[in-house]
Amino acid sequence: MTGMKSETDLLRIENLGISFSMLGGRLEVVRGVNLRVLPGKVTALVGESGSGKSVISQSVMGILPNTAKVTGKILFTDPVDGRSTDILRLSRDGPEIRALRGSRMAKIFQEPMTSLSPLHTVGNQISEVLAIHTESTKDERRFKTEEMLGLVGFAKPSRTYDMYPFELSGGMRQRAMIAMALICRPALLIADEPTTALDVTIQAQILELLRDLQHKLNMAMLLITHDLGVVANMADEVVVIYHGEIMEAGTVGAIYRKPQHAYLKGLMAAVPHFDMKPGERLKALREVPVNSETLWAKKKPVENAPEILLSVRDLVKTYGIRKSGLFGKQDKTLVKAVDGISFDIKRGECLGLVGESGSGKTTVSKILMRAVTPDGGSVIFDDGRGKIDVLKAEGAELMQLRTRMQMVFQDPVSSLSPRMTVQNILSEPLEIHGLGDSAYRLKKVRALMQAIGLDQRFLNRYPHSFSGGQRQRIGIARALALGPQLLICDEPVSALDVSVQAQILNLLKDLQKELGLTYLFISHNLAVVDYMADRIAVMYAGRIVEIAPREIILRDPVHPYTRSLLAAIPFPDLDRPLDFDTLKANDTSNKQAWGSQFTGGTETLAPADLGGGHLVLARRNADARELRSW
Amino acid sequence: MLRYILWRIAAMIPTLLVISALVFTIIELPPGNFFESQIAELRAQGETVNLQEIEELRHQYGFDRPPVLRYFHWLGGMLQGDFGYSFEYQLPVSEVVGDRLWLTILVSFVTILFTWLIAFPIGMYSATHQYSWSDYGLTFLGLIGIAIPNFMLALILMYFANIWFGTSIGHLMDQQYLNEPMSWEKARSILSHLWIPVIIVGTAGTAGMIRRLRANLLDELQKQYVMTARAKGLHPFRTLVKYPLRMALNFFVSDIGSILPSIISGAEITAIVLSLETTGPMLIKALQSQDMYLAGSFLMFLAFLTVIGVLISDIALAFLDPRIRLQGRSTK
Repeated sequence: MTGMKSETDLLRIENLGISFSMLGGRLEVVRGVNLRVLPGKVTALVGESGSGKSVISQSVMGILPNTAKVTGKILFTDPVDGRSTDILRLSRDGPEIRALRGSRMAKIFQEPMTSLSPLHTVGNQISEVLAIHTESTKDERRFKTEEMLGLVGFAKPSRTYDMYPFELSGGMRQRAMIAMALICRPALLIADEPTTALDVTIQAQILELLRDLQHKLNMAMLLITHDLGVVANMADEVVVIYHGEIMEAGTVGAIYRKPQHAYLKGLMAAVPHFDMKPGERLKALREVPVNSETLWAKKKPVENAPEILLSVRDLVKTYGIRKSGLFGKQDKTLVKAVDGISFDIKRGECLGLVGESGSGKTTVSKILMRAVTPDGGSVIFDDGRGKIDVLKAEGAELMQLRTRMQMVFQDPVSSLSPRMTVQNILSEPLEIHGLGDSAYRLKKVRALMQAIGLDQRFLNRYPHSFSGGQRQRIGIARALALGPQLLICDEPVSALDVSVQAQILNLLKDLQKELGLTYLFISHNLAVVDYMADRIAVMYAGRIVEIAPREIILRDPVHPYTRSLLAAIPFPDLDRPLDFDTLKANDTSNKQAWGSQFTGGTETLAPADLGGGHLVLARRNADARELRSW
Repeated sequence: MLRYILWRIAAMIPTLLVISALVFTIIELPPGNFFESQIAELRAQGETVNLQEIEELRHQYGFDRPPVLRYFHWLGGMLQGDFGYSFEYQLPVSEVVGDRLWLTILVSFVTILFTWLIAFPIGMYSATHQYSWSDYGLTFLGLIGIAIPNFMLALILMYFANIWFGTSIGHLMDQQYLNEPMSWEKARSILSHLWIPVIIVGTAGTAGMIRRLRANLLDELQKQYVMTARAKGLHPFRTLVKYPLRMALNFFVSDIGSILPSIISGAEITAIVLSLETTGPMLIKALQSQDMYLAGSFLMFLAFLTVIGVLISDIALAFLDPRIRLQGRSTK
């Protein structure tokens, strides 16, 4: 970092070291970190989980846990009076640091669900900041809080003031959190993964809001994230951290156009993006060799197998939700989680299913695995060995179905039993189905371990001793144990870091090729689905609004919702910034903004065929030209 | 809210009816009844039995009628406040229990207050100073409190109180006030005796509550919203009281459901050791001597308190926790 004019730095971290006392020693998590934040500018701190970026942000506010030991300097220079303070010299939770917190520097957190207290109203929690830092009456505080709530985009601030956090959606909660952080107009905002837990269209809205407010209040921001796309759209300067050490720092232009350090280059190559050529592979930081030689006698295509492996027709699932609680009238409203979904999965292809939270994509996967019983519709599985009606299969037929369809789960931590060794986990499916003797099972388990690139010495370990990526590989191996034809992958990489994500995606791709597997790949991340899938289906509110081969859906989307999804994705590319103005002007992420040919008005909706396997949910009589002219 | 409470109270009726039927069946289960055993006892002593008188009593209490009718008789009596007749004490049940009930409630409430007053500050301190020497020390004391049986503590305290203070701490008051009407002197005597059973009964409860409060608070202290509050610049103590402590209160409120019945039946052994004039020892004696109506009334009363206690804690929880109150109105 050259050419810094230190006297203008709002925040200047020098030679920061943070260590935690552990049983029998100290664990150094941050070593010799230098970084700065200029007044009114955004510095992004980029790194993967465990790199120490959150710990640094906590040390800036002095809210590290008791067990942490910090060395170095954290100089905070308030632009209002030009006074510099070394945060680390202040006493923990003393009056000086408390006067800074919330007032001159504020923080928003990753999880808007848990970072607000569920027992206090939104207004109470926001106006509390005013009560701490300003001399004001209750009415003044309420007025200012409502003003701030309006500023962050609440339509009815006075109503929101008296609501509880759990009555708000995730995006709205994050807005409330932002209001809380900004109500005292701090000089520095620390945003710790502010949009990671949010859907992509909401993420775009929150990013826009943050940028807007940052300009309006002329506030500096330390943005902590792992998402290079977010960084490209928000940051002025970038600092890349890996294992507690700064790898690279500079302006966003320098970093993105000429990455120097191998780690940053690797990180950039590991992110799937939309300009990938067909067949282009992601470069994982640590590639996993796939060796399925010993797993099965290679592909065994069944003779005369039908082209369609799984056929789903008119699935409907309705949940009853009690609308009001204990103290009002009790009426049940019905929510259609899945509302008449039909699609086919062809043998050997990967069908991507994209949707935001609440769109019903997970319900679909649960119905396919028979974990949820739908209210109507049919699912037929046919691999050439006889048709199986998935929803009606019982007894032996159901057991047989289980060997042909398996699932890879989202959360690699909770989907593996912590009380079973890897060997137990992998051989359990074989035991349940009574396949082979113990010698055969062990051989099979070893072959599975080899196939996912894990060392056989790990067989007797428990899941907790593996990293997230390794655990997800074990989850994949478990799903493969019975030699299924169809794998349902429900958000298999959304809990993983970027570099590990590339590794898992490549592994899944390789396995598909080698074993001739068919995938239903569910994700909220369009770029990931684009990398994996041959065809992509987009879900909104329980319906598939558009389904097409991946080149078509990405280059030539027709449905307004698909367009808004695509427009909201932040690219890790400085030449393709998010167009916040257009996003705001044509926000089609919800139904009210669609043209009548898509909402249907009073008429029913049906998939309209645009040719080439491109179907769009539209009014029954709408013609192709009308749809495209939107 | 009112609707909910009314609905809950209505739901209590069938619950209590089922319980009363169960209680009555249990009372009836042992062969024979009090009169038959009394007749046998009198005859064994060689006394003449006034069969006429006993027959009258039998008739009065409906023992010549089938059990089903007697059940309804008992039930109807309870509804009118007549809890039956204690054969052992030869008095109506309500008179037998009378004074003892108030003394029991006094002892129990003071004990509960004592528990809360001690447990809350210690629990909060322990949780915020986890793994410090003071935490270990308090934890150790708490574990001792849990581990020592109450009756043993009672014996030890009785001995030392007698030696050091010269108080004879059997009973809840000095001997001379037993069976006396309430007076200022009697009240003073009760208060001077009260602290020993309170300490003895309260120790285990306090220790247990410290442990639970500490565990609950430790869970809550890890939560993100505590970090949020600190990042606002809130004073650490205000943070503790406003956020994690408030959340940790839920378990505490749910406890009310079990506290109410234990007021009546709790700490029997201590009460027997200290010969306290509370209802605990009486319940045990009634069950031992098959004094049917006395035991039955106790059991019914316990059931009633349990149901009421659960209702109170549910309503209190709904008041305290908006998630319970507004459940399902989420707009997510």
